[in-house]
Amino acid sequence: MNWLELTSLMPLLLVASISVILLLLIAFIRDHKLICWVTCIGFSMAAYLAFTDMGNTAQQVTPLLIIDDFSRLLGGVVLLVSLACAWMSYAYLETADEISEEYYILLSLAALGACVLVASNHFASMFIGLELMSVSLFAMVGYMAHSKQQTNTTLEAGVKYMVLSGVSSSFLLFGVALIYAYAGNLSIDLQVVAGGPQLQSGYFVVGSALLLVGVAFKMSWIPFHMWTPDVYQGAPAPVTGFLAGAVKVAVFAFAMRWLMMAQGDYLDLLLLGLTVMAVLSMVMGNLLALRQNNLKRLLGYSSIAHMGYVIVTLAASATHGATTLSTALEGAGIYLLTYASMTMLAFAVISQLAAQDRRFESGTLVHYEGLLFQQPLLASCLILAMLALAGMPLTAGFIGKYYLVLVAVDSQLWLLLGLLVLGSSLGLYYYLRVILVLCKTPVSDRQLVLGTSEKLLLLLLAATTLWLGLYPTPVIEWVQLAIA
Amino acid sequence: MQLLGIIISLLGGGVLALMVGRQSPVASRWLSLASLVVASVFYTSLWLDSTNPLSTSIWLLHMDWPWIERFGIHLLLATDGLSLVLIGLTLVLGYVALLSAWHEINHRCGLFYLNFLFTLAGVVGVFSALDLFLFFVFWEVMLVPMFLIIAIWGHEGRRYAATKFFIYTQASSLLMLAAMVGLVLLNQQQTGVLSFSWFTLNQTDTSGTIGMWLMLGFYVAFLVKLPGLPVHNWLPDAHTQAPTPGSILLAGILLKTGAYGLLRFVWPLFPDAASAFAPIAMGLGVLSVLYAAKLAFAQNDLKRLIAYTSISHMGFVSLGIFAWNHLSLQGTVMQMVGHGLSSAGLFAIAGLLQQRLHTRALDEMGGLWSQMPKLAALSMLFAVAALGLPGLANFVGEFMILLGVFQVEPWAASLAALGMILAPVYALIIMQKGFFGAAVDGKTGALDLNAREMLMLGLLVAGLVLLGFWPNLIFTVTAAPVDYLMQLGKGG
Repeated sequence: MNWLELTSLMPLLLVASISVILLLLIAFIRDHKLICWVTCIGFSMAAYLAFTDMGNTAQQVTPLLIIDDFSRLLGGVVLLVSLACAWMSYAYLETADEISEEYYILLSLAALGACVLVASNHFASMFIGLELMSVSLFAMVGYMAHSKQQTNTTLEAGVKYMVLSGVSSSFLLFGVALIYAYAGNLSIDLQVVAGGPQLQSGYFVVGSALLLVGVAFKMSWIPFHMWTPDVYQGAPAPVTGFLAGAVKVAVFAFAMRWLMMAQGDYLDLLLLGLTVMAVLSMVMGNLLALRQNNLKRLLGYSSIAHMGYVIVTLAASATHGATTLSTALEGAGIYLLTYASMTMLAFAVISQLAAQDRRFESGTLVHYEGLLFQQPLLASCLILAMLALAGMPLTAGFIGKYYLVLVAVDSQLWLLLGLLVLGSSLGLYYYLRVILVLCKTPVSDRQLVLGTSEKLLLLLLAATTLWLGLYPTPVIEWVQLAIA
Repeated sequence: MQLLGIIISLLGGGVLALMVGRQSPVASRWLSLASLVVASVFYTSLWLDSTNPLSTSIWLLHMDWPWIERFGIHLLLATDGLSLVLIGLTLVLGYVALLSAWHEINHRCGLFYLNFLFTLAGVVGVFSALDLFLFFVFWEVMLVPMFLIIAIWGHEGRRYAATKFFIYTQASSLLMLAAMVGLVLLNQQQTGVLSFSWFTLNQTDTSGTIGMWLMLGFYVAFLVKLPGLPVHNWLPDAHTQAPTPGSILLAGILLKTGAYGLLRFVWPLFPDAASAFAPIAMGLGVLSVLYAAKLAFAQNDLKRLIAYTSISHMGFVSLGIFAWNHLSLQGTVMQMVGHGLSSAGLFAIAGLLQQRLHTRALDEMGGLWSQMPKLAALSMLFAVAALGLPGLANFVGEFMILLGVFQVEPWAASLAALGMILAPVYALIIMQKGFFGAAVDGKTGALDLNAREMLMLGLLVAGLVLLGFWPNLIFTVTAAPVDYLMQLGKGG
């Protein structure tokens, strides 16, 4: 490994070292504030390194990892999401009756796994990244399982996530094994296989299908979504934010890399599977969200729908016109960015509220009644997040949706476009429902206080969501750089 | 710069109103009034420009800044006589709605005026944006504050009505977004230029099937807003449940954005598709006129009745636009203004009655003429304006539309003329049930209009009478832009 490779790997090394530093720190000083600061600073430095490295040449570091602008950009996004997650966790854990320091070690390991996943172009590193992320998440989802503040949904969520994640990993692993049996190589660049992949091989077809199932589990594409609502509802709010933001971005980044390598009949097969899942996710995700009464559960179904929308870009990237491909990839990149910002905004609000009263995350929407008049900042941020998720102009969500429409029209995917319109219209209903609840006349006069650092986080996330909607040009240029 | 001045003074006024609203609701009211006055000053200077005999271009103002260069999206604001008239209507009704809100809105005033002024700013934006992307942004953005106005300050069924309003508009506008993107890509295919500018896109060759599909995308979005049959269903609920200022804005201005869209975008961008589709659109227009008029007659809720009359009148607008000749288009503009003023007046009256009697049901009213002669006389005036009495603006509009339509599709004009018979039926039923006869028990002793209310209604009456007797005031301003649009809409 030469010096250049080492420097391009710096963000990953930095994140890895955070977990070690935290581990040592905890052995000597158990100070929640200090630990949180160290984590946040580590994440921001790593993100800064990743972003400033953009524009440099791509580095293949060992056969396992590729550090190109794509992985720098999306890795940076994952790190920013982790930063927001660590930041919002502070207030949440401060009010918890559980030891809080080890949580940050798990978080940094999960972030490391996500970054590895984004940068992997080899099935082995993909699996390492995915498992590092998932295993840390088992513990994070169930972190509050013994807390007296929680209902037993937390334990249920932890176990459910562990079992189903394990099952999906074994699918994935078996798929990889079959592909290996066929190709004799674990690189996801299947061009290296002599003669290219052939559909005639049963090994290869079944292997790819199983791999797709494994990815679909993580992306919670219907019909592999069963765990999503329960885990979203049961996990602590900041962890749900990580699941919705970082995990989805990282796994989708891998899926993009993988599909960019696919060709011919093989690609058609994968696309058929993807299209079916897109149709189901867009329609069912939105339909199931309509009557949900728990905000986190509602956002769970909404994330299923959003991940369904973004399949449009994958389907479009297969039509193989050069401009279509680059527009599709650009659309996917922009969509992930905008989705991450608005989702994190929503979960930041929920975390801050849950920090003061756990019923905000475990109870029904009733607790949110009249919030607009009691805590205008929090409520306005949540309204902004809902409008963004619904795709209103001047917010990040609209730019994402605009790209999807553009990509769908460009590659003439009329079915998916139609369902995108239908799904978004259905989605309006439940996003508006949340807004209407916030606007109701308050019944109780509860006191909700908000610390300065929490306010700052909310304002930063809200500003990002608005900035992406108001003036997306710089971000578009970044993404264009990343996919070039 | 005046356009930007109007939009910014409204937005800024809204933010200020929110800030002072916590301490003093009264101050937020006066601040909103002040920001409307500032906007009107900018508007007046724009109007004075329009009378400048030296200018040869029909565009009074043309501002163009790059925004999202990746897609050739610009902040392109421009206004011609047509936009000028509609922005003027927006500001006048802004005053009327503000006066009607003066005492009706008494909780969370700051937030109300924020939403109120943002709605106005959004509508002004819609009437002046000539970059399709920017137009779409304004189109959607005016929705959110209106949604909140209905949802927070509305009547008993407000949440249902607000959600329905939002979903109808948003779902249809997603179709418009798809059509818009399709048009832009089509233009790029033909010319190699990626642009959302109206001036570029109206040169696109949109003949053929694809043009028809794209046209339908736009048409549906505008038809929902207009509203026309069969997508009118949101309107009776939204108008009934909105607070009075909300109803005034909805009926007076927001509906006009749909008509404006048909005029500005559907015909000039898709001349062939639009002319091929015209008979169907006119058929739907006739249906709207007759069916909504019949429904209006059957209503007991006063606001709901007025809401259905709006659908009926906007059917004429739809007819006039799809006849696409000079006479019918001029009539359409006049009808838009006339209906804006008369429906605002009727909704204001309904609001005043509800404040006094705590009901909107016509069968709980009666004999109000003897109690409130001023209010009753003005109601009579707005009712006869709505039914198209000569001497008031609506008559000019409807008459010209029918004349224009008759030249193109005599059957449509003949059928729509039946609406002129149905209109008196529903207009006079309001008077008969509400104001004549004996008073209903327990609904006596209501006060007549005070000075503020007289001012509010007086503004509308003055507008209706002025335009009824001197329609050239508008026709001279809109003649050139209408000819220009017709030129574009002729197709190749």
